[in-house]
Amino acid sequence: MICDLCKTSEASVFLTEIVEGKMKKVNLCDSCSKARGVDDPTGFALADLLLGLGAAQEIERGSGSAQRCPGCGFSHADFKKTGRLGCAQCYETFGEGLNSLLKAMHKGTHHTGKVPSRIARQLERDSAFKNLQRDLLKAVAEENYESAAQIRDQLRQLETSQDTA
Amino acid sequence: MKIETVLAHPSDWLRGDGPHHQIVISSRVRFARNLRTRAFPGWAKKAERSQILEEIKPRVDELPEMQDAFSEYMQELTALDKQVLVERHLISREQAAKNAGSAVVINRKQTLSIMINEEDHLRMQALRSGLQLKNVFKLLDKVDSALEQKLDFAFHPRLGYLTACPTNVGTGMRASAMVHLPALVLSEQINQIIQAVNKIGLAVRGLYGEGTEAMGNLFQVSNQTTLGEKEDEIITRLNQVIEKLIEHEQNARQLLLQKRLGTLLDQIGRAFGILTHAHSMTSKEALNLLSFMKLGVDLGFFPDDHRPVIDELFMETQPAHLQKSSQQKLQVEERDALRAGIIREKLKTFPEPDIGPNPEPEDGGSEKPDDE
Repeated sequence: MICDLCKTSEASVFLTEIVEGKMKKVNLCDSCSKARGVDDPTGFALADLLLGLGAAQEIERGSGSAQRCPGCGFSHADFKKTGRLGCAQCYETFGEGLNSLLKAMHKGTHHTGKVPSRIARQLERDSAFKNLQRDLLKAVAEENYESAAQIRDQLRQLETSQDTA
Repeated sequence: MKIETVLAHPSDWLRGDGPHHQIVISSRVRFARNLRTRAFPGWAKKAERSQILEEIKPRVDELPEMQDAFSEYMQELTALDKQVLVERHLISREQAAKNAGSAVVINRKQTLSIMINEEDHLRMQALRSGLQLKNVFKLLDKVDSALEQKLDFAFHPRLGYLTACPTNVGTGMRASAMVHLPALVLSEQINQIIQAVNKIGLAVRGLYGEGTEAMGNLFQVSNQTTLGEKEDEIITRLNQVIEKLIEHEQNARQLLLQKRLGTLLDQIGRAFGILTHAHSMTSKEALNLLSFMKLGVDLGFFPDDHRPVIDELFMETQPAHLQKSSQQKLQVEERDALRAGIIREKLKTFPEPDIGPNPEPEDGGSEKPDDE
């Protein structure tokens, strides 16, 4: 049997666990099991224990191992250690890997519940911003610089109001 | 409000007057919320955690629901005070382990508690007696809507509320009910029931949540997932399951009365006998025996007006409550002796179980020895 992780060496460690009534089997070779700390229960990735086997791996695959969240400096290794994320922006940074993780973990992939009223206003503002940007390009193309300057001021205003929101 | 005031008054949710209170002890809903631009508490540096705390706490304190509330920094509470709050389900075990940089705000009735800088920046929960998940949700939703006017919550158009742990993302909501299922345990149906509940995506846990043992035949049933379902869909689904559990427990009780009355009376009689005569008792034993006393009241073997005594003992015999009432730190043996003493005292005027005229011994049941 081949190792599920490196797909090259012969598997010698066979892990079985029950997740939500379903049996999950993972076969690992000696070096992969050591690398993941499977042979040492205390070094076993907490992310895997908390979120299911392979969770840490999933994040790593989605983001590339060197990547850190620009918002908070969190890395996939930190996720592996804690099973938690660093900040809201991490959901973007590690988005790809997270999405498949969330899919396996939850009922759906889209939030259908409550939306904060602030966000609804934000979405409105975003679309106003996009419209102004489009108008600006149009004004510049038409060499209507007076109107372009006006629009630019409006955009700036919108930007500052967003920053203070 | 001071911690002494909180501790001196039992939580409102413990009054045991909510709908279906015989089987459903309490209903609880919690939301996890985070600030958009701040690192989550577990990753934030100490200085940032304090900033977050000072940003959030005044906003929580000024809520109309939190007038005359208990509002305190975690480092100001003793380990024992924290443990009392854990036993009352007003803070989590995680929060109890926190010190500087975290806080808790609890309303006067102890039905609403907001933890700041637990795993998420905000963990707010509402708690009521009996089965009333919808009411509890409404209360918490109102508080959340008031807070979101003043705090910029992390929210993703597709993923919903963003949380430190991906298992909470979406609604950030965990709704749960604590249920008392002695007949299902006694008739050995409980494992089947738990499996059935698990299959539809709900979790069944012990008294103090994740990873805790089921004691006193008490179980917590809660939603497992938070993304892809609306809040009221989750609440409705959970509510339906709890109603089914009530039905199963009631059926199991009837069956015990009809088919295994001897076993039932034996359990209740033993519970009564040990509780009123023991001189040393662990909290686990106390919970398990009190569970049968509660069942005894439910089934009319004890008068209903004695119910509050049992309900109070469930909380008062917990380790931290016990030590708090004795005003001193106690060794395990001292605690067990004190616990037994309190129970004996409280049950002094408790009548013996009224087993009615000549209960039929069940098939193969043991003969009752003659009085001497």
